[in-house]
Amino acid sequence: MTALGHVPGPVGAAPPAPEASRRGLSGYLLMLPGTLWLAFFFIVPTVTLVASSLYDPSGTFAEGYQMTWHWQNYTDAWSEYASTFLRSFLYAGATTVACVLLGFPLAYAIAFKAGRWRSLMLVAVIAPFFTSFLVRTLSWKLLLSDNGFIVGLAQALPFVGEDFRLLATPAAVITGLTYNFLPFMVLPLYASLEKVDPRLIEAAGDLYASPFTALRKVTIPLAMPGLVAGTLLTFIPAAGDFINAELLGNPRTRMIGNDINDLFKSSVIPTAAALSVTLMAAIIVMVLFYVRKAGTEELV
Amino acid sequence: MSRNARYRPPLGPGLSLPSVGRRGFMRGATAGGLGLFVPGMLSACGTSGSQQSEGSCESTDKSEDEKELFFSNWPAYIDKDGKSFPTLEFFEKQTGVDVTYDTDVNDNNEFFAKVQNQLGACESIGRDIIVLTDWMAARMVDLGWLQKLNHDNIPHVDNNLVANLKSPDWDPNRDYSVPWQSGFTGIAYNKKAIDSPVGSFSELLTRSDLKGKVSLLKEMRDTMGFMLKVSGADPTDFDNTEWEQAIEELEASVQNGQVRRFTGNDYLEDLANGDLVACEAWSGDIMALENPDIEWVVPEEGLSLWSDNMLVPNKAEHKTHAEALMNFYYRPDMAAQLAAWVWYVCPVEGAQKAMEKIDPSLVDQPLIFPTEDFLANTFSFMSLDEETARQYDTDFSQAIG
Repeated sequence: MTALGHVPGPVGAAPPAPEASRRGLSGYLLMLPGTLWLAFFFIVPTVTLVASSLYDPSGTFAEGYQMTWHWQNYTDAWSEYASTFLRSFLYAGATTVACVLLGFPLAYAIAFKAGRWRSLMLVAVIAPFFTSFLVRTLSWKLLLSDNGFIVGLAQALPFVGEDFRLLATPAAVITGLTYNFLPFMVLPLYASLEKVDPRLIEAAGDLYASPFTALRKVTIPLAMPGLVAGTLLTFIPAAGDFINAELLGNPRTRMIGNDINDLFKSSVIPTAAALSVTLMAAIIVMVLFYVRKAGTEELV
Repeated sequence: MSRNARYRPPLGPGLSLPSVGRRGFMRGATAGGLGLFVPGMLSACGTSGSQQSEGSCESTDKSEDEKELFFSNWPAYIDKDGKSFPTLEFFEKQTGVDVTYDTDVNDNNEFFAKVQNQLGACESIGRDIIVLTDWMAARMVDLGWLQKLNHDNIPHVDNNLVANLKSPDWDPNRDYSVPWQSGFTGIAYNKKAIDSPVGSFSELLTRSDLKGKVSLLKEMRDTMGFMLKVSGADPTDFDNTEWEQAIEELEASVQNGQVRRFTGNDYLEDLANGDLVACEAWSGDIMALENPDIEWVVPEEGLSLWSDNMLVPNKAEHKTHAEALMNFYYRPDMAAQLAAWVWYVCPVEGAQKAMEKIDPSLVDQPLIFPTEDFLANTFSFMSLDEETARQYDTDFSQAIG
């Protein structure tokens, strides 16, 4: 778009009408491949999912399901699984907060203080992706194990009881989620912070802002797009994740992803679909609200 | 480009494709989406039934022309020697059939979910033999998804299949299924981690020194069989009230923190490293572990007995080879060789005798060749129709989370 815009031309000359409509057509043609892709791989599955959530639940896999606009699936699913939903959002929220607290200083250090180590540190942030998600989560199992050194060290502290443990607790699930999604916070934050002009921060200092005030009034507002992108990229997948709860949790730390997965596997399709749609809708509403509050409409 | 050189876009630089503004596109897409897609597509979106029958889904056997066989089984369920598979390679040498052996069955429900769309629509799943547990095999028989076996091709099976497995209620003549191995579900514990042995399921659920260090199996029938026993019902014949009571007991043990996790085979490492001290466990897994600290016990409530069955799905193209393989593994010498490696209950008569030559120490091992006394103590889970099964699955998945 910008490439065409830079072509020099007479200012203010309005094009004749037929030209405009032809150019409009080419716009749609350019969008065609992407639109088709989305139609097949996003719209069709989504519509099928919504349809499945409205099946008559008395159907069976053998005889087939009828789409009967059975909205009650939603109320039934909600009354059974509301607490799991709340737990998922709680864990995802805690994960996002932990990722901001860990990720912001890290991204700041990489952007402003790393000097010639910058590329190396960025590679280090991405390095965990070289091994599989599962293997990384399984290694947390070893680290947090009841007989592992972390729990051993903790038990040696005076105020920690003998039966203290980490694995199979909510703390372990949130730790695992934080670890797995931290790069998704660091990378967008870094991209934003890297663009911040250091002279602006210096100028704040010259105007008698303390370093903290400069951070609060200059750096953080300029890093907002990265922060918003980072929180979205962390919160959304964390809310739907089930691997961490499966491997690091206990039966009372199950997240909504675990229930959806199990219900689909045991062919309880309408309930599973209703839960998926509810999750999707809840996330969309939260994201819209959040983006509006954060005031960065240019992101969407 | 010449056109652009002459005409500047009317809305100024940066918006050179004015007719497709974001708003316009969104409006168009939303109207199109809502107006066309949603109601129309939603209403057309019911599923047709996936019930098949011999008439509705015919399979052709290409065994004559294609000397190959695709065999899907559970992990660690066949004899292995380093990288080679002794019995399987012997079968290949004898018959000239090239076997592709895959261990892509990890969980009955998961495997069902993987193949349901193809088999429901009478399409090939690219496998000639799949191995599934009794209740799932029964479900596939009911759905008409399996090919009928030709007993003329499997004389060893007819002669050597142990009597107690000859006619399960879901496949009375073994028309569709042949047991691969059987097994017991019982209790395993780590001797080093606790002071006194765990002898029963109710101890597992109530002893305070085990709290938070116990796991149960995610297979609904394994775990609920024992829960029904604990609450005084009979898993082979129970009603809804008894079921609900058993579910409540399970829920209580989950809520008070006694149960740490629900697992598949992954209880093994947790038990070995001490994160679990006792768990519900499958016999062969524990025996094959050969860890002196880990003990497998027959619970006071009894043992749950199950079999995994070789099945030939619809549209599999090498049924004759599949039957040849079934027949081959019912040779007592081959069955004994397999049993000596996998440590599960051997369903082949005569294998016990053949075992003398392979590993005499295993001949009197009741977990491979159970005695009458041992079998008297076993129970299995009653078969459920699809609707009840779904209800029970839902109850179970809610109780464990």
